[in-house]
Formats: sequence, structure tokens, C-alpha cells
Amino acid sequence: MTQLALVIDLNVCVGCSACVTSCKEWNTSGAAGPLSDCNPYDANPTGTFFNRVQTFEVGEFPQTETVHFPKSCLHCEDPPCVPVCPTGASYKRKEDGIVLVDYDRCIGCKYCSWACPYGARELDEKQKVMKKCTLCVDRIYSTTLPEADRRPSCVMACPPGARLFGDIHDPDSVVSGYTLMPEWGTQPANHYLPRRKTTITIHEDQLVRADNPLKIDGKLPKPSRQQPTLDDVTSW
Amino acid sequence: MRPAFSVIFLTTLIGAGQGLFLALYTGQLYAFFDLLPAQDSRSYYAAGSVLALAFLCAGLIASFFHLGHPERAWRAAAQWRASWLSREVIALPAFMGMVLLYGCAHWFCWHAPLFELPGGRAVDPTLILGALATLLGFALFGCTAMVYASLRFLQEWHTPLTVINYTLLGGASGFVLAAAFSALAAPQLSGFHAGWAMILTLLALAGRTASLLRNARLKPKSSVRTAIGIKHPRIAQIAQGAMGGSFNTREFFHGRSTAFMRAIKPAFLILAFFVPLALLAGGMTAPFLLPVAFILQYAGLLAERWFFFAEANHPQNHYYRKVS
Repeated sequence: MTQLALVIDLNVCVGCSACVTSCKEWNTSGAAGPLSDCNPYDANPTGTFFNRVQTFEVGEFPQTETVHFPKSCLHCEDPPCVPVCPTGASYKRKEDGIVLVDYDRCIGCKYCSWACPYGARELDEKQKVMKKCTLCVDRIYSTTLPEADRRPSCVMACPPGARLFGDIHDPDSVVSGYTLMPEWGTQPANHYLPRRKTTITIHEDQLVRADNPLKIDGKLPKPSRQQPTLDDVTSW
Repeated sequence: MRPAFSVIFLTTLIGAGQGLFLALYTGQLYAFFDLLPAQDSRSYYAAGSVLALAFLCAGLIASFFHLGHPERAWRAAAQWRASWLSREVIALPAFMGMVLLYGCAHWFCWHAPLFELPGGRAVDPTLILGALATLLGFALFGCTAMVYASLRFLQEWHTPLTVINYTLLGGASGFVLAAAFSALAAPQLSGFHAGWAMILTLLALAGRTASLLRNARLKPKSSVRTAIGIKHPRIAQIAQGAMGGSFNTREFFHGRSTAFMRAIKPAFLILAFFVPLALLAGGMTAPFLLPVAFILQYAGLLAERWFFFAEANHPQNHYYRKVS
């Protein structure tokens, strides 16, 4: 069984929000209608987004790390938002595991958003229906786009390549990762790859040549500020 | 959660309507077994059914204000196999229809006996319709409460106490309403209804106190650590991906101060339970207190329902701690 999903590498994400704007650009221009904005150029701008990049500070100053955390619908394998829908507008596709909302059947009761622990669903303030990430279902199955473009918009936009797209059930896939809020048993299809420790790998004697001939003369290996340096007299 | 007034009015109004019907039918059953004097079909049971229907209709109308697309509300009956909300959408009109039939049966005096019980008591259509409506009334209490109790992420609601309390609070307000109605339409019944109203109000007080105590010692299952999957004791949000708020900040935070939250708890306990209890006791001798008891208890139940929604902490809030 196919389960399409994203794997997001938090070690690579730089928090540029290119995925956010790219997602909004693609999905606000589609046949399903815009992702409405309210006061876009005013105080307190707000709007509907499928994907947001959040930022967390881990640790205590000065020992802190800034973690950029992109969050969109996780396309759970056991989606709690689907069975609560009174109209059947929310559904999970059998063929690829994408969780979708039929905007024409949604009554805007917001009950599904209460049943999602991740806050992945947003009510469109103008269209008054529930919206969420579609994994760019209109891109990945497009017959008009070039083959290379049949990937979610956010994945294509990510400059460092922190977002990977594919079948999470594929045994040959190299990606895995951890899931969010595993305590609820929702089995999110989207996975995250953790931050890794970044430590400096340059040793002291790589910066200061141990066999510096100047040392033999009892002089400092580093010239003083006033002295011309090697950079001033040679082009290396 | 942000309490929605449409849902607050829906749940409290239909609760009172259901309770009123149950009170009327309880009175009829007592009369059937000759424990209470029989009442006039038209001026008491039919009029009472109309009053119950008025409350149920008002609740139904309030519920439409919760929907983004009220014109598609009929679609909500589709998923009754899976969704408690869908079941509620079916149970409410079914119950209203049955109460309407019950009222009609009384209005048109359908008292031709259908069969006789061993003691020689004749069972007429009003009793059968009332029994069916009673079943549907309890089913509706169950559906309404399960809409909230079935959401396992909202730990404050995910308890059998939610179902018990919705039933008891609706029943209590309905019996208080019945006592007030009887004071006008059948004074010899108002003491009976006021007595039951006191018992139900006391039971509801016990149930609500139990849920308040339970929720006060609730340990949240999720934390910001499980939310983003980083195991560190100190994680602070810096940005939530939106500066002017989003649906997530509007829908899931009540936005009131802790002082307000602290104040509303004793306020609704006094207004919904203690004041009505005193007024019901007084209403035994001074019936004009009974409508006052209902109005004050209903106001208290509005505050109770507001608090019920506001006190629920949604796990998605871990992602929306800070705007910037």
C-alpha cells in the first residue's frame, strides 16, 4: 500500500520559508479557489496556509540552538480528523494515503480541526470551508507538467533540500525519521529527521602550523598587527 | 478552546428542552400509576410539548450559526456510522419530531386504548409516543455529549463524566423549567417537579464537581517536546509562522485572563446550582420563585458551558505559544 508523505530534515532546514510562499503561490492559484487572506497589507495580517515554518529555541543562553520547524498536514495513517467529519467531506485516499477535504461537501463546522492534535487544519475565512495540505495532489498526478515538476511545491522550492517526498512504505526508501506526538497513536505519515550535534572539527595545530619555522627563532608564529603579514607580500 | 456561543446556546437550549419533555412524561407516568392527579391533555401536555419544542427549535437555530455553510447542513446526516456529530444531527430532529407527535397526540386526544396492562390500566398512544421520545431524548443527550467526549485529544472532555453531566445538567434545567411551567399550568404538579429538579440539580452538582476535580489534576499527555520531537527540558517558541494570528490562534485559545477563569468557576457553581436549589426550596411555598430559578440557572449553565469549552486545552496549542 502506498503512503505518500514528506520527510523533513530539521538538520538541513534553514527556516527561509520558501516552502511556505511556494505552497501558498501554487495552492492559491488552483481550481479549488484561493487560500484567502484578511488584511494582507494592514495591521494583523492573517490568512490560510497549508504549511508554516515555526521557530523554537532549544536550551538556555548562551547554549542555545535555533530549530526551524516546518509543519503541515502529516497525512496520518490513522487520521483522527476523518471519522469525525459528519458529511464525509474529509477522507483518506486508499490509493496513496493522502488526506483530503472535499470543499463542496464541507459545511465548515470545524469539528475536524478539534480532532487534529497537530493544528494542521485551518478554516478559510472567506470560503468558510476547512483547508489543509493536499500534498499538491494536483501537481504530483499532473499530466501537463514536466515529469521533474510532478512533486509538491514546497519540496521543489526548498533551497537546501530539507524536504523529501516519496512513498513512506517503500522498503527501498532510504528515508525514515521520527513522528510527532507519537503518544496519540495517529501514525503520522510525515516524518522528521532530527537535529545532529554540530561540533568544530578543526584542531588547534591546523590553525597554527606546528612546524612554523618562526617558532625556531623564538618569535611568535603570528605577526603583530603592525607587521606586514604574508598576505600583504605574496599572493599565496 | 474558544467557546462558540452558537454551540453554548445549542447544548443548553436543547438540554432544557429535553429535560422539560422528560419532566412532562415523568409526570404522565406518575399519573398513569395514579401517583399524581391526571392533567388536561391540551392545556398541560400539549402546551408543555410546544414549550419543549420552542427550546429545541431555538437550539437548532443556534447551531446553524456555528456552520460556515448552513445551507449544506443536511449533508451532516451522512456519516452516522462514524461521527457522533452526524448522529447528533439525526437524533435532534428525530427527537423533535417525536415530541411533536407526542404533543399532537395530546392535542387531538388520541386516548383510544391500544392494549391493557395486567392491572387493568389502558395504554394509549400518548404513552407509547412518550416512551419513544424518552428513548430518543436520552440518545440525544448521549450524542451531544459524545461529540465532545469522543475527542481523545481534549483530555478534559474525554471522560464518561461528560456524558453524565450533559444528561444531568440538561435534565436539571428541564425539570426546573417544568416546575415553573407547572406553577402556571398545573399548580398541583409544581411541587413534584421542583422536588425532582432539586434532586437532579444536586446530582448535577456532584457530577460537575467530580469533573472539575478530575480536570484539575489532569496531566497533559503532550508537551512541546513530543510536539516537535526534541527532548530537551527547555524549549521556547520564537515564531509560530504567522504574525497576525491564524485560525489556530483564534479557534483554540479563549483569550481570557487567569483571573477571569478563576472567577467564572465559583460564579457558575453558585448560579447554576446553589441559587436554584435555594429558589426551588422556596418555590415549594412561593411558586413565583420557580421561573426566577429557571432563568438564573439557565444563565449559570451558559457560564458553565462557556467554562466547559474554555478549560479544554488542545494539544495543538503547543505549536502556537508565541506570536512574533
